[in-house]
Amino acid sequence: MNDQTLFSIFFSAMVVNNFTLAMFLGLCPFMGVSARVETALRMGVANIFVLVLTSLSAWVLNTYILETAPYLRIISFIIVVASLVQIVEMVVKKIAPVLFRQLGIFLPLMTTNCAIFGLAIFQTNRGYDFLQGIVFAIGAGLGLTLALVLMASIRETSELSDIPAIAKGTGLTLIIAGSLSLAFMGFAGLL
Amino acid sequence: MRTTTSTQDFVRGIWKENPVFVMLLGLCPALAVTNTTMNAIGMGLATLFVLVCSSALVSLLRGVIPKQVRIASYIVIIATFVTIVDYAIHAISLELYNALGAFIQLIVANCVILGRAESYASKNRVTKSVVNAFGIGIGFTFALLCLGTVREVLGSGTILGYPLFGEAFQPWVVMVLPAGGFLTLGFIILGMGVYEQRKQARAAA
Repeated sequence: MNDQTLFSIFFSAMVVNNFTLAMFLGLCPFMGVSARVETALRMGVANIFVLVLTSLSAWVLNTYILETAPYLRIISFIIVVASLVQIVEMVVKKIAPVLFRQLGIFLPLMTTNCAIFGLAIFQTNRGYDFLQGIVFAIGAGLGLTLALVLMASIRETSELSDIPAIAKGTGLTLIIAGSLSLAFMGFAGLL
Repeated sequence: MRTTTSTQDFVRGIWKENPVFVMLLGLCPALAVTNTTMNAIGMGLATLFVLVCSSALVSLLRGVIPKQVRIASYIVIIATFVTIVDYAIHAISLELYNALGAFIQLIVANCVILGRAESYASKNRVTKSVVNAFGIGIGFTFALLCLGTVREVLGSGTILGYPLFGEAFQPWVVMVLPAGGFLTLGFIILGMGVYEQRKQARAAA
């Protein structure tokens, strides 16, 4: 049991210890789908959804099943994440085919998105209870979305500016991410 | 797929298809734990072990696993080896275990490993898969080592914990912080871009 207040969990997950910019979780979609603001936003929302579901299932597993067999934790978490992603993929494909095409490979890749698996692990290590877990998941998801949208906005602008040919691409994206991360460090003293 | 000799298979993973610098896979652990050289080596070796073992097993079972459930099966295989590594590191060095934290367990979500299982081990003989996985694993460790060394030397003025400069050295604290990871990798990739461009220009001339 962890006695942090809900607000501090939420705020810490969203900005102070932002999953992407301070803990390096979920970098693949961060690099991959951050070219357009709209896609980034939708990816973020899909992430929030999966994160909350993961947090829920991780809590159930931890409380009722894994008490007796902690060594099965990694295996059972990853199976839960994989099946959740599969469900979300089917739902998105059914109700929003356009979004499905835009997200492309990054939707199934959520299975190996460390942000989602990381959430389950951190939640367990810190001993969050049910409500704390959900709040943690929402905070983390909003933080991911925030980072994705910020990154996408900068990249959209940088496409129109005059950049040396050699710097275009991943190198520049990483350096922008570094600057964003520096900016987020400013939140460090808040909690 | 072209047939390649084992040496080519091995070397390709280290430089031409380096998982971190070229394919940009497995960035999360590559940036998160590389604030010291020691952590980078530990993480690299742990990943190497999981990569080689899971590639071998996937390759052995490639005739048995049905196509529809292959990804799930690979993940379970990988998760098994990650659990082994997790407990092994916990038993061998508590210090390293605490420094790497949740990132040992997060090896399971490292796309390099699943990528190898899906694109190579599931289609090739055991020896070939192991050699390929070994090359990629060494390439991954090498990349982590580069990042870790640069960040430790600049960020705390030490290497493997031994002081490198005199008292007057002012460490670049930013290098051991998260931002330093992004910046270091960004500059390494920019540098590689410049190198490739020069090489192409020379080849064209």
